[in-house]
Amino acid sequence: MAKLKLALYWAAACGGCDVAVLDVHEKILDIAGVADIVLWPVATDHKYADVEKMAPGSIDVCLFNGAVRNSENEHMARLLREKSRVMVAFGSCAVSGGIPALANFKQREDILQRVYMDTPSTVNPGQVLPVTGCPVNEGVLHLPEFFDFVHSLNQVVEVDYYVPGCPPTAQRIWEVVQAIAAGNLPGAGATVGALEKSLCDECPREKSNKKIKRFYRSHEIIPDPHRCLLEQGLLCMGPVTRGGCGAQCINANMPCRGCYGPLPGVIDQGAKYISSIGAVIDARTPEEAEEILAGIADPAGTFYRFGMATALLKGANR
Amino acid sequence: MENFEPKIIGFLCNWCSYAGADLAGVSRLQYPANLRVVRVMCSGRVDPTFVFKALDGGADGVLIAGCHPGDCHYSDGNYNTMKRYPLMLQVLEQMGVDKRRVRLEWISAAEGPQFASIVNEFTEQIRQLGPFKKGERTERGAEVG
Repeated sequence: MAKLKLALYWAAACGGCDVAVLDVHEKILDIAGVADIVLWPVATDHKYADVEKMAPGSIDVCLFNGAVRNSENEHMARLLREKSRVMVAFGSCAVSGGIPALANFKQREDILQRVYMDTPSTVNPGQVLPVTGCPVNEGVLHLPEFFDFVHSLNQVVEVDYYVPGCPPTAQRIWEVVQAIAAGNLPGAGATVGALEKSLCDECPREKSNKKIKRFYRSHEIIPDPHRCLLEQGLLCMGPVTRGGCGAQCINANMPCRGCYGPLPGVIDQGAKYISSIGAVIDARTPEEAEEILAGIADPAGTFYRFGMATALLKGANR
Repeated sequence: MENFEPKIIGFLCNWCSYAGADLAGVSRLQYPANLRVVRVMCSGRVDPTFVFKALDGGADGVLIAGCHPGDCHYSDGNYNTMKRYPLMLQVLEQMGVDKRRVRLEWISAAEGPQFASIVNEFTEQIRQLGPFKKGERTERGAEVG
């Protein structure tokens, strides 16, 4: 069998997805055994121009991580879509916006103001903001344009498969690579590398009757390592999040942050979580409920930590 | 703006509020036709997803109505609604939606007049707020960060 042509690209993301691919350790050689890497900016020295010269459809699989937050991200998403037979949204940012999409709670101007003027460590007496073009002696230097809204990959180009996770776990990546190499993928549009059941299904903790009297932030409490974290008042996203990560956070005594995305059939992870949290609060009056809910510092930011780009209401800057 | 007719989605519980609306009807009470009623078995069935989807799909306001606390046909459904309502409002604010657009009321099967007056009042309130534009700025939506 001919070797697969594989591209990995990094758009608006932290780099963790690329590192997660490297975390398959010595199996990276097996990946190199079944696939020729034609673009992987973090690890190899291919240039965008190399990709531009390729014939459409000549890349077999593109693992695209990161959200689309500027014009360079968008250009590469469109370019790689044209050149790739199979486009994979790889990691939470590409799947649903991820952490970068929390910026969707703000207007573009607010973000630039904060980052370039107001942060305590910023010294910017000339009030300089990034511009997309800057003339110098040799010509014009270009920077990508910063968009108003952080998009998930499928809001920009057609996506064939979704691999959620922040980042996807190395074991799951290896399984996905094997499935791709063997041509053993489900129908297009499917989420791969994750379970169809919630994280609670693979969570090893003891769950009894959830009745929550107050919420804690994770620095305020050392939770019992054997009991359900939600029952101990920690905002664990497990009930509304796909399993498949191996409950890594849970096993480290940290609540689930929801990075594997909503369960099948759920269109809005945060809305579903509001519903499930409402049911477990131990209150009989609106006043009691509000008092308990006051312990949640940033509800929307917590419930849509990885899904703001695809949330139904999409934030203040739609 | 003068010709603005708000679109309001009303999720009414089968056992109390829908019957209350029915009573308002058979009593020939006048109330605005801006409310589009969706009958649900219990206010507890109104997943916040329904509310978000209604707003996303073009509604200007959403009314959720259920049995008075203690009267729920399923004993606890309306308590669940009551408990998640304030959380939903907080999230709406952060998303940049004025929380006055979503209202929770308890209306019994005998409360036809109350139903009519709530719909009157709520329609007027949404009329004042104007059409729901995505990205309307709220105090919380602009402040959190």
